[in-house]
Amino acid sequence: MDLVANNLSYKPDDQYHLNEVSFNFKEGNLYTILGRTLSGKTTLLKTIAGLLTPDSGEIKFDGKNFLKIPVWERNVAMVYQQFINYPHLNVFENIAFPLKQRKIDQSIIKEKVMDALKSVGLLGYENRKIQELSGGQQQRVSLARSLVKNAKILLLDEPLVNLDYKLREQLREEFKNLFSKGLADETILIYSTTDPRETMELNGEVIVLDEGKVLQVGPAKEIFENPNSLKVAEISNDPPMNIIEAKILDNHIRFEGIDVEAPQHLSKLTEDGLKIGLRSSDIELGENGHEFEVELAEISGSETLLHLKRGDTKIIVSIEEVLNFKIHDKVKINFKIDRAYAFHADGKLASSPFGGLNG
Amino acid sequence: MNKLYIFLKYFFIVVWTVFVVAPFLWALTTSFKDFQSVNGGVTYIPWVDFEPNLEGWKVLIKSPAKGGVDIIEPYFNSLFVTCTASLISIILGTLSAYALSRYTFKAGFVKNNDITFFFISQRIMPPIVLSIPFFLFLSSINLLDSLTGLIVVYIVLLMPIAVWIMVDFFNKVPREIDETALIDGCNPYQAFLKVVLPNSIPGLIVAGMFCIIFGWIDFFFAFILTFTEVQLLPVKIVALNSSVTPWWSLSASALVSVAPLIIVAFIVERYLSKGNLSGAIK
Repeated sequence: MDLVANNLSYKPDDQYHLNEVSFNFKEGNLYTILGRTLSGKTTLLKTIAGLLTPDSGEIKFDGKNFLKIPVWERNVAMVYQQFINYPHLNVFENIAFPLKQRKIDQSIIKEKVMDALKSVGLLGYENRKIQELSGGQQQRVSLARSLVKNAKILLLDEPLVNLDYKLREQLREEFKNLFSKGLADETILIYSTTDPRETMELNGEVIVLDEGKVLQVGPAKEIFENPNSLKVAEISNDPPMNIIEAKILDNHIRFEGIDVEAPQHLSKLTEDGLKIGLRSSDIELGENGHEFEVELAEISGSETLLHLKRGDTKIIVSIEEVLNFKIHDKVKINFKIDRAYAFHADGKLASSPFGGLNG
Repeated sequence: MNKLYIFLKYFFIVVWTVFVVAPFLWALTTSFKDFQSVNGGVTYIPWVDFEPNLEGWKVLIKSPAKGGVDIIEPYFNSLFVTCTASLISIILGTLSAYALSRYTFKAGFVKNNDITFFFISQRIMPPIVLSIPFFLFLSSINLLDSLTGLIVVYIVLLMPIAVWIMVDFFNKVPREIDETALIDGCNPYQAFLKVVLPNSIPGLIVAGMFCIIFGWIDFFFAFILTFTEVQLLPVKIVALNSSVTPWWSLSASALVSVAPLIIVAFIVERYLSKGNLSGAIK
């Protein structure tokens, strides 16, 4: 039972929330929608759920016109980024709600709810009030409520974004386990996120969305290794990929008075307006490197993010240790230039170190 | 500092309590007095300062033929009109408020907020402005001097209060809750009844309380729109007044008429203090 969409567009004001979005989701697979805030992720999920009607385009599920079916008959499940539960019901009643709605026998409801509680690790909480739970627990309840329905389509709209760092890591791990073993084979799982790391870890099929438009579709590894455009490279990297305006002449990359030998996959590119893309993790501090000035140094977790500047070129370097820098310090860096990407002036990928569009 | 704070706190509580309770006590003692004890100087304590008697109370239930004013029928009329009008106002008002909160209406330049304002603007007008149209309206549909007519008018007066309170309340209930209910298999009516409404009980109680208070204390429309067939309590109480002001029966009737509101206040207080209002939605 496939979920197929053709040219979905939705434009409630003067901006496209969805712009000619098409996809073909197959049962039993995990799809990750990656995009920045306001890129149309929630709109897309709500359209699939039936809460929004697109201006044009069609959605078919199992060959039937999905847009003709009202939300309450679609058998989808959705988890919101806010922890949405029914505040007037306790944990058990919350999870049992969709089953009661289907008029299922009490004893079966009890069994299923207990199973769901177990799978999200909330056994023993069934009589608690929702307000007494922490954010992470509330989100588990809404996940359990969406699991218990055995829905054919499970939508998760940035389910981890409102949680603190530790809980996010923990829940992400549990999600991965759940997705890999706990779901029925015929479920289509659609997960939206802004976080590239989450996307890579979930390791499903990725749809990169920006301003309502699908930019690239492919397995997570493929998106990471061969982003088809500058935009995708920016969206699928955190911190965003560094973009350097450079010239390649005589097998050398030149910018801001820096001159490095071009790696093989870039050597044939000679056009004007070429942009070199380099991940912040592919730049390292080195004694005999090129001198840059520190604009800002932020420590996030166990890594240090250095915002550097030389002439008009600004780059971000991430270093896997906690280091102290002052603003206007001079640092020397080396580029792992064999990991560099090249993009044409119009933003399309020209060459990638992983073999995309070589030459 | 802390002691001063506690002292001031209790001081003001005591002052305020005296301020609130004193009139009731005064009315209670007065209701047992006779002409002599009211007009012969200030008296406070029954059996010591004056000899209590039940004349003031008896007048309220005696038939007019025996020199009384019989407020029993007006009392039940008032209860019936207030409760019915409040109930209908709450039902209609809640439904309109939900629609105004969740759906977008547009008719030319008129939008949701304008419609909400239109409802409340009915209450901004001085009642006297409405009296003539109401009178003509009721007389044209033959409902002057009837309970039904009064209920109709009171719905017009009370529903805006319900709409106003409930729109504000529903706006605070996240839309995602309705959406989740739809996704979980409720049609829009079920989503409203099973999910939104149970989470709006504090709002319903507040709106209901205001409706009952405003309906119960209305004198103006009850006075203008009824004559002899039907009378409401406030009008009847005023009718007690004669050449000699009967302070004792006025006091008794004041106590009787304020009783339902006190009961309502206690019920509401019980309910709101259960903590249902706070933290309902996170």
